[in-house]
Amino acid sequence: MLNDVTFGQYYPTKSFVHSMDPRAKLVLTIAYIVAIFLADNFFGLAAVILFLALAVIFSRVPFGSVLRSVKMILFIIVFTAILNLFFYTAGEELHVLWQWKIIVISWEAIINMVFLALRLFLLVMGTSVLTLTTTPVALTDGIESLLTPLKWIRFPVHELALIMSIALRFIPTLVDETNRIVSAQKARGADFETGGLIRRAKAMIPVLVPLLVSAFRRAEDLGDAMDARCYSGSKGRTKYKKLKFTWRDALGVLLLAGLITGIVFLNLYFGGKFAILNYFFSA
Amino acid sequence: MEAVEFDNVKYSYREDGTSPAVNGVTLQIEAGQFVAILGRNGSGKSTLAKLINALLLPDSGQVRVFGMDTKDEKNTFTIRKSAGMVFQNPDNQTVASIVEDDVAFGPENIGLAREEIGKRIEFALEAVGMQEFRYSTPARLSGGQKQRIAIAGVLAISPQIMILDESTAMLDPQGRREVMEVIKRLNRERGMTIVLITHFMEEALQADRAIVMHRGEIVMDGTPHEIFARSRELETYSLTLPRAAYICKKLQEAGLEISDAFTAEELAEELCKSMRKG
Amino acid sequence: MQIDAKGLTYIYNPKSPFASTALSGVDLSIAEGEFFGIIGHTGSGKSTFVQHLNALLKASGGSLRIGEYDLTDKKCKFLELRSKVGMVFQYPEYQLFAETVEKDVAFGIKNFSKEKTEDEIREAVKEALETVGLDWNAVKDASPFELSGGQKRRVAIAGVIVTKPEILILDEPAAGLDPLGKKELMELLHSIHGGWCKTIIIVSHDMDEIAENCTRAAVFSGGRVVMEGKPSEIFLRADALLEMGLDIPVTAKCARILKQDGFSLDTDFTCDDFVAKVLSLCGKGGAEHAQ
Repeated sequence: MLNDVTFGQYYPTKSFVHSMDPRAKLVLTIAYIVAIFLADNFFGLAAVILFLALAVIFSRVPFGSVLRSVKMILFIIVFTAILNLFFYTAGEELHVLWQWKIIVISWEAIINMVFLALRLFLLVMGTSVLTLTTTPVALTDGIESLLTPLKWIRFPVHELALIMSIALRFIPTLVDETNRIVSAQKARGADFETGGLIRRAKAMIPVLVPLLVSAFRRAEDLGDAMDARCYSGSKGRTKYKKLKFTWRDALGVLLLAGLITGIVFLNLYFGGKFAILNYFFSA
Repeated sequence: MEAVEFDNVKYSYREDGTSPAVNGVTLQIEAGQFVAILGRNGSGKSTLAKLINALLLPDSGQVRVFGMDTKDEKNTFTIRKSAGMVFQNPDNQTVASIVEDDVAFGPENIGLAREEIGKRIEFALEAVGMQEFRYSTPARLSGGQKQRIAIAGVLAISPQIMILDESTAMLDPQGRREVMEVIKRLNRERGMTIVLITHFMEEALQADRAIVMHRGEIVMDGTPHEIFARSRELETYSLTLPRAAYICKKLQEAGLEISDAFTAEELAEELCKSMRKG
Repeated sequence: MQIDAKGLTYIYNPKSPFASTALSGVDLSIAEGEFFGIIGHTGSGKSTFVQHLNALLKASGGSLRIGEYDLTDKKCKFLELRSKVGMVFQYPEYQLFAETVEKDVAFGIKNFSKEKTEDEIREAVKEALETVGLDWNAVKDASPFELSGGQKRRVAIAGVIVTKPEILILDEPAAGLDPLGKKELMELLHSIHGGWCKTIIIVSHDMDEIAENCTRAAVFSGGRVVMEGKPSEIFLRADALLEMGLDIPVTAKCARILKQDGFSLDTDFTCDDFVAKVLSLCGKGGAEHAQ
């Protein structure tokens, strides 16, 4: 059965973005996030959207699949957006639209809300392009490689990376297992839907205990299987997937450098996000 | 050449050595042989298997793989390279989320060069007939396919011995057939030594040799036909005959004069002969 | 209680790009008193179907009635239904959780019958454990995790039958057991069948098991029931089953080859009947009938 953990789930296909170096993609993602928060007006965000659109197109992942990851945090986006709409008070002079007691809706608040929601949306979209185009293994390889300097201070970089990739590998297995145990206990009359918080928490025990027991059993099995396949730590180990920077990565870095420079100029040229209000209201 | 030798091996899971899981086993397995190990749950089959590739070390006695003592730590790596092992639960053996990365795990551990690993992946996936799934994710495969990937992961280390610890137990009939086809081919075409632990008597029939374990000891050892001819004895160890052999025996007991048959096909042939005569 | 499914449909992840139809119009009736077999490939819809029978999944379309319960009605008393329709999942030992065997087995009955006294519960637990062939005094205070694999499975089954369900469904109950364990399990099922447990439904890949034990069976394929009837009728269509990639019992394999060679055996494909029919065809044992 398929499970719904698309966030951080790889979308297998071959594309420009897929074949980029995971390290490059990681660094680019971080830079992309910086760009989102650097952008101070809608022109800057438009530039980010353009960049994102390019990334999605060249990843050959269907737009719907990228959008699905947003669905999971849609609630958070809407919630923060609404809070911002009603309780935005910063700034000296507000162009008030509507007011009732302490609740004030202003043009500034609307702009702020749209801006914030857009930022969050772009953040999630961008990071899911990373996780959709990079296998968890490549991702951990990338992180391992980027963290390599830490080996000098005896930080267990390889072990950490292995733990991460195994954890990722077992998520679908454990999700399936959880569903199975929940069904089995429901069949024995367990009730997970009614009652207060404490009762519900208590009702989870018949699910959590077997899940934990099973996780330990799997861990033991996996340990044996890894031993049997000659695993003995990072010493003397080679890597099949060697990370290599290519022209694609160079192009990506170039584009993103362009994006950030562009945003800086747009910020300077057009000013903050509320600048458009001056245009409307002063006229 | 003996691939595996057990010399009066004892092993207990308890600190004080009581109720040993393997109790004084002496055994030789020749290179190229296909051996099936039968026995009830808890008869010591899996323990025996784990003693071969040094996952467990004997309390007393000696286990040698191609002459190398498993107790000598210097040998552990070489032994595990020569004796690969596939386990029961297909979900608990994969380390990676992509098939080719998982198959690469073993070769990476033994420090092979990149190009060589690539070749090994290709060879191993071809040997189990899973080339087209190289870039798939194991979570989406069937049980039989997952188990074939696990076999490929072992093959990529290119061992001479393959141990399968109830690797067909959790599969459906089709998955079981797939796995049996693969290991029979490995045995026939590459001369690989196979140690197959199983509850399915029909699978044991396909081996060169069958060993029955009971309470940590080897109690029967011979060709599958020899073993299944001793049905009374088999029963005392809580084992059954393959179904066709059971029907054949019933017919013989009722006075029908047919030769021993072990599979449905053999039984049908015998019955045809008998009916033509009658 | 009689089970009646009409046009039962189920879609996983409806209205999403991952939507997949698991059941597409299942018509199936299982009468009270049957020992019913459900056959089919992994992914044929058989597991999805049985999960509907105790309302773990709710149909996307069609109707499903069990006795007086209408499972497609939102007002149906699902908890009451689940106490009457027991469900043993595959590898049920992996759902054990309590610190003692007694507490684990009591879980179900405590959920279903809240008015029962401690003594009544204890009595029911004791009876369930004895039914599955475990020694009450030896296991009641043991941790379920310390038991052997076979004992764990028995405890898990006891945890389902403790409410004495009228219908008992088991998904691959013998998977992973050794030959003796399998035999004992089937004996256990026959011993409770016909008593408080009126109907037994097993999902199984083992065709010999179906041929030996079931009164009727249904073959699932592509989310539909493609064959239904007595095992003797189903296994007569050996070629169709083999084409679906399914197995057939050893007796049916044999009979099929014999038929190609011109010998027709009118058997119900159980071992005993097969032996008797062969003997009578060969002029042995069947001689008494002839005289």
